[in-house]
Parts: sequence; C-alpha cells; structure tokens
Amino acid sequence: MHLTIALILGLPLLGFLLNGALALRQPSAKTVVSLIGPGVLLASFGLALKLFLDLSALWEGSPDAAQIVTLWSWLPVGSLQIDFAFQLDQLSMVMLLVVTGVGSLIHLFSVGYMKSDDGYARYFAYLNLFIAFMLVLVLGASFPMMFIGWEGVGLCSYLLIGFWFTEKANADAGKKAFIVNRIGDFGFLVAMFLIWQAFGSLNYQDVFSRATEVLPAGGAVVTAITLFLFLGCTGKSAQIPLYTWLPDAMAGPTPVSALIHAATMVTAGVYLVARSNVLFALAPTSQTVVAGVGALTALFAATIGLRQYDIKKVLAYSTVSQLGYMFLGVGTGAITAGIFHLVTHAFFKALLFLGSGSVIHAMHHAYHATHSHEDAQDMRNMGGLRKYMPVTAMLMIVATLAIAGIPPFSGFFSKDEILAFAFGRGEHQPIFRLYWAMGATAALLTAFYMARLIAMTFFGENRTGAREREQLHEAPWIMTGPLLVLGILSIAGGWLNLPEFAHGLGATERLHHWLEPITAMGAHVSEGLGTLAVLPEGRTETALIALAIAIAALGLFLGMTVTLKSRPVRAHDALPEQGFWKLLYNKYYVDELYDRYIVQPLIGFSRVVLWKSIDQGVIDEGGVNGAAGLSRALGWIGSRMQSGQIGVYMVLFVVGAVYVLGMVAWR
Amino acid sequence: MPLVGPSLLLSAILFSIGVAGVLIRRNAIVIFMCVELMLNAVNLTFVALSQAYGLSGQIFVFFVMTVAAAEAAVGLAIILAIFRHHKSVDLTNINLLRG
Amino acid sequence: MMTEQVFWFFAIVASLSALLVVVMRSPIASAFWLIATMLCLAAIFFMLHAPFIGAIQILVYAGAVMVLFLFVIMLLNLGQDQGAFRRAPLWFVAVVLVGVLGSQLVPLSGYSRERMALEYSRSALLAEPAVMFDSTMYAAGLDPVRETEARGVPGDIAKPLFEHYLVPFELTSLLLLAAIVGAVVLAKRRI
Repeated sequence: MHLTIALILGLPLLGFLLNGALALRQPSAKTVVSLIGPGVLLASFGLALKLFLDLSALWEGSPDAAQIVTLWSWLPVGSLQIDFAFQLDQLSMVMLLVVTGVGSLIHLFSVGYMKSDDGYARYFAYLNLFIAFMLVLVLGASFPMMFIGWEGVGLCSYLLIGFWFTEKANADAGKKAFIVNRIGDFGFLVAMFLIWQAFGSLNYQDVFSRATEVLPAGGAVVTAITLFLFLGCTGKSAQIPLYTWLPDAMAGPTPVSALIHAATMVTAGVYLVARSNVLFALAPTSQTVVAGVGALTALFAATIGLRQYDIKKVLAYSTVSQLGYMFLGVGTGAITAGIFHLVTHAFFKALLFLGSGSVIHAMHHAYHATHSHEDAQDMRNMGGLRKYMPVTAMLMIVATLAIAGIPPFSGFFSKDEILAFAFGRGEHQPIFRLYWAMGATAALLTAFYMARLIAMTFFGENRTGAREREQLHEAPWIMTGPLLVLGILSIAGGWLNLPEFAHGLGATERLHHWLEPITAMGAHVSEGLGTLAVLPEGRTETALIALAIAIAALGLFLGMTVTLKSRPVRAHDALPEQGFWKLLYNKYYVDELYDRYIVQPLIGFSRVVLWKSIDQGVIDEGGVNGAAGLSRALGWIGSRMQSGQIGVYMVLFVVGAVYVLGMVAWR
Repeated sequence: MPLVGPSLLLSAILFSIGVAGVLIRRNAIVIFMCVELMLNAVNLTFVALSQAYGLSGQIFVFFVMTVAAAEAAVGLAIILAIFRHHKSVDLTNINLLRG
Repeated sequence: MMTEQVFWFFAIVASLSALLVVVMRSPIASAFWLIATMLCLAAIFFMLHAPFIGAIQILVYAGAVMVLFLFVIMLLNLGQDQGAFRRAPLWFVAVVLVGVLGSQLVPLSGYSRERMALEYSRSALLAEPAVMFDSTMYAAGLDPVRETEARGVPGDIAKPLFEHYLVPFELTSLLLLAAIVGAVVLAKRRI
C-alpha cells in the first residue's frame, strides 16, 4: 500500500524532474519527453486502477475501512501533530481515478497539440508537477496536506497560464489567477486556524468523527469555519466574487484549460466541501450561502456566455456556471449529486475543451499557412467546419448534448439530480425553490449558448476565407483518440448513478452507495436538524424530469435556429456591440469595477502609505538612518569630551563629584 | 564644641568658591591657586572636626600641607615648561591631552 | 561671646578674600588675596585649639608656597592679554554646578557628633558604628586641649605623629624628595 501510493505520487513528480532537466539542458529532445510525460501518468492511472480493484474488494465487507498511509511525521509542534499522510477512502478514490484518468487522456492529446512548440519539455514538466500536486490535494489525510496540494496547483496554474509569457497579456493572466486565488487561500487558512482551535487537530479522522460533539449545530464557530472554507472555494473554484481569473486563464494552452480549468483544479473546492460535509451539515446557514452563491454564479456566468465570441471564453464561462451547479448540489446537502456532476462534467468539459483545441489547432495552421493575422479562436471566423473536421464535430455535438442535459447522456442524470434535490429541500426551506428556478433558467441558457457555439463553429457557411479553407483538415489521431474515449465516457457516464426509477437498466444509485461512508454522518446531522435534502417522489419527480428535458431541448433548438438565422459575420467586419448585449459582451464590467474600487485604491495605498510613508519614511529614515544618526550624535558627544581642554575636564570632574556627593547627601 | 558648625559652614563656602574659580578662570596659575584654596577649606574641615574626634584631624592637616607644598612645586614647574613651549598659560588654547 | 565674634570677623574676611581671589584680573592680586585668606584661616586655626597647625599654616603655606607662586608669576611676566575669564556659556554651567555643590556641602555644617551617631545607627550600610568612635583604634581619642596642656604645643602633634603615624611620616619625606627631583627636572631648560 505504502509503495503503491508512493509510486502514484512519485511518478508524476519524477516526470516533472526529468522533463524539467530536459527542458533546461536539451529542449529539443521531444521524443523522450513524449514518452516520459504521458508515460508516468498512464502508469499512475494503472496503479490507481489496481488500487481501486483491491480496495473495492476490501470495502465490500467493511466500507468504513479508510486506509491511512503515513509517510513521515511532518510537523510535530507542541500538541499539534501533522503527518505527511494520505487517506484512501471512497471519495478520494473517485477523485484519484478522475485526475489520473482524464489527466492521461489530456497528456496524450498534448503530444499532438504542442508538437511544434519550443517549450515542449517545459510544458510536460509543469503538467506532471500539476498532477503530482493535485494528487496530494485529493489524497491528503488532513487539512494542511490538502493545503499543500491547494497551493501547489495554484502555482502550476500560474506557470501554465503564463506558459507563453513573452506576451504580457499571458503573464498578466497568470498573475491574476494566482493573486485572486490567494484571497481565497486566506479564507482557507483562517478556517484551519479555527478548526485547530476547536478540535486541537487537523486530521480528517479526528475532526469529522468528533465534529458533532465539539461544535454545537448551527453555532457561530462552525458557521464561521464553513464560511471561511467556502471563501477558499470561491477562489479556487471560481465562484462569485473570485471567478474573474478563470476567463483570463484561457490565455494558456488549450489542454491546460481542459485539465486544470475544467476537470481537476477548479473542482478542488467542490471536493473540499464534499470532504467537510459534516461541518457544512452542522451549519445550515452556510449551506444556504453555498447553494445560493452556486446558483447565482451558475445563472450569472451563463448570461455572460450568451454573448462571447471567443470559443474558449464561452467554455470558460460555461465552466464557471457548471461549477455553480456543483456547489448548488453540495450546498443543498446532496454530496453525491455534486460529486456525480463533478465526474460527468470532467468528461464532457474536457471533451469540449480538447475539441475546441483541435479546431483552434486547425485554424492556426490555416492562418499560418496564408500568413493571415485573424483571430483563430473567434467563432465568427469559423463556420461549417463539420465538413472539414467530421470526427471532432460529432464528438463536440455529443458533449453539447451531455452538457445540455439530454438523456441518456451523462449530464442529464447529474444535473437533474442536483436540481431535484434543490427542489426537494425547498419544501422545508423555500429559498431553495428560488435556487431551483435559477438553476433551471441557467440550464436553459446553457443549452442555448452551447448550441450557439456548435452552430457558429460547425454549421452554416464557412467564414474563414477561401485560401485558408484549403488548409483545414481533421486533427491527427493522437488528438482525436482521447476525444473518442471522452466521448464514450460522456455518453455512458450516467451509468454511475442511475436514479431509482430507472432500476430496469441495472444497479441504481451506485455512486450514492459507494460514497455512503463519507456522507452518512452529514446526512444524519441534517436529518436531526430537519435540513435533509430528499428527492421528490412520484408525480413531482416525473414533472421535474419532463421539465428538465423540455428546457434542454428548447434551449438547444433556439440556440441553433437563432444563431443560424442571424448569419454571423467575420470578426473584423463585425459591428460593435450595443445596449444589453454590450453589457454581456463586456462581462458586466466586473473586472473594471474590481480594478477601480479594489485594485487601484490598494495600489494607491501601497504606494503612498506603505511605501513612501512607512517604508521610506519610518523604516529607512527613522530606523536605519535614525540609528546611524543616533550613533553619530553619541559619537559627537564623545568626541567633544575628548577635546584635550582642561577646562572641559574640570567641569566633568566637578560633575562627577557633585553626583557622588548627591548619592551621599541626598540619599 | 562651639565652633565646629560655623567652621564647617565656612569651609563649605570656601570650597565652593574654589571650585567656581577653577571652572571660570583662564590663567593656569590662578586655577592652581584656587585649588590651593580648596585644599585650605578641607584643612579647615579637618581641624574643626578634630575638636570632636581627637588629634587625628590635625595630623592629617599636617600631611595635607606637606603634600600641597610638594604638589605646588611640581605643578609650577610644569606650568613653566608649558609656558616655554606655548608662550602663554591660557588654558583654553592648550589641548595637549587630546586623544 | 568674644570668641564667636572674632571668629565671625575672620570668617567674613576669609570669605571675601577668597571671592576676590577668583574675581581679580591680575594674577598677582589674586595671589595676595589668597595670602590674606590663609592668614585669616591661620587665625581661625588658633581659635580651634590647633596652634601648631596655625603656625605651620603661616610659615609653610603663606610663607613658602605662596611665595613660590609669586616667584613664578613674576618670572613669567604675564600680562592681561586675552582676558581673565572663560566665555559666557561656561559661566552658566559653573554657576549651576557650584550652586548644586554648595547646596550639598552647606547642610553638612549641621553635623554634630550626636547627629552623626544617629545617622550611622540608622544606616544599614555602616555596620559597627561603635568601632568608628573607638578611641583605641585611632589617635582620635586624644583630646587636643588636654594634650596641649600636657605636652605643650609641638608635643601634642609629635606624640601621634611619631608613634602612630610614623610610616606616613617617612613616606612623606620620600614624597618630598620626589617632588624636588621632579620640579628640578621639569623646570630645567636642558636635561
């Protein structure tokens, strides 16, 4: 067990070191890197599968037997003991398989995508390092261990977003991601301090088993802890108010967007809430906040996605929106639903991003061949590409159906479950009905903008240009292969957690039963507090499902027809936006608002107060120069006393004598 | 012991005047004379208190005077040597002790 | 009565003379006023039952030491070129210091034997106050008046000097030798 875990984590780390060394010494050794980069990850995935098979056999009999693998004692400080330890239970196993599996596919895709890039070795080095840190995040056995991974993936995100750092915009995007994340990290840290204060330990085992005794339900402490944890989640998982970095992060290579900003890193927040579900169950106020923010973000981001033209930006806002769904799920208390959506989303969102990557790859190639300077990512320059890239087109359509929520594709099951649970909880807490409504509206918008994306890119007449058209072709099989695998998973993924009524199709609620040891205590607490989320039954259930399917179909239909009818024009011929559309196109000017009211005052404060007044004035002038000045003054006094003049010495004699006499006479 | 108190008072006054002279005057010889004045004041103290505490006071005065005489001789010789070098005995300009 | 008034007379003259020593510009004038001070002090010594010391004061101090001073002053032939007093800022310092010093010393005149015994007994620092007044340890126990009656004026000094304080006496002679040699060496033009 020790060895397996060490290998699973160590292989990507080894990959980082080897690729990094190659990047520094011999960047042109692309074949070797192609073997090492994806190779270590496939090996890790293989080991993860083996682990899964072994442990599922074990957990058949004793489902609560979480395996803790301690590598060494990291921070024994006073009464706090933090070990470098990993926890293997049902939840971390799910995450492990997703990270290594989807990660392997994306690594293979990258071999084709980044082939002609000079920084090939550096790319794979960073990618491997990212996987290593992500694994630490999901496998960690305590909050600090997760935090190591949390920070590490933030670092790798920065490195990979700003991969082509010679362009200032890319470097700025990397910085933005890191800094905005940092604000969330502050929340995570404060939460850890509060947990330590309440529990005296930071290990999952200790905290979650004792949570009900130590923290009063609904009390201020547990609400504070969970809200601060959620602050961390808003940073890492791009929810309101800290989502602004994710659209900018599209400046990185597309496989990076697929891996980090769709499938894995951004889901870390959802994982955190799922892991701490006991704490959230004890704080119904926080649950309402989490679900509310999730629902709002889902709706908000979906509206912005309606009017973006860059294909990756649409997908970015779609990711933010879908993450909102996940938080709606775990906030309602439907942990399984949230995790289920995490998994299915990883499949179809990675497929969407990689597919768009193929499209962008082809467009770049075309524009490069004709020496044109058009934007290869702008959908207005595409159109009718299904003639030239049929496989990619078909797979993208599959993914669109999944994300819109058409049965039997995976997205339908996961999204529907979340919305159903929200509706169910709305029976006791009416505000969840509002959340349900927001989610449903967002679902409609999601279907619409995804259909718009497909229509603009693959249907209609081609707007790329006559000469470029000759250069457009399908991507090499190293890139389409992983797309196929993801396509299959997007279709079949629903099988993971079929709802009760579909019991004719096979075992139902697999994921729910699998995750039960993790969610049982939280559910018990919620039951006690009367906040347990239950699925609606009977007629309500059928009505909800029908409504969901109707919304999805309507959205898709409208998206296709409206877009094709409006006949989009090429990017540089396009008219500027007006009115409400302008607001959406400019993302409600949120970035500008943040800049004006937060960033600029902060910069001004730093410059005037912290720099000029305190650093230069107090520390430099008062402290450093002041100390020197004081020494000088004392020295000057000393030198005056050594003048050699007898008169001065006589005065000093008398002063001394007076002092001694004073001691005696005036005791 | 009728005169002990007033004698001590006089001694204090003379000593203070001597200190003032040492601090204020420029001429080395006059400063020296003020030092002699201080020594005289101290002698007066000893003699006054010998009334109360016995002859030790007067013996001590004896020694003080001897030493004062020796010190005067040597001190004036030094002043002579300084005068030969600097052509003046104004102490404000002489800073040979400067370190 | 009589003794007191005479004492106060000499005391006032001594004080004024001392003041004039400090104040007079010419060094010779200062020297003369110092001689006057010493003569007054000699008179006071006589009144304090210390005739030997009074005589020595006149003979040695006023007669020898001050003469030496006058020799040197006249040898150097000093004029009043630069002014007699230091610059003004020092005056302030001097006044303050002398004031403080004076205020510390003047109260000491109130000390009597009883007062001193009282202070010693109260003080934790000074142990064994009885020892301080033990007459056998010092020649302190010898009462000047009685001794003068018994042995005469030089006699009362001689007895403790040659008995008790013999070693300091011999050392003083060495000191004088050193002083003579030093004075000669320092004052010579060429060594």
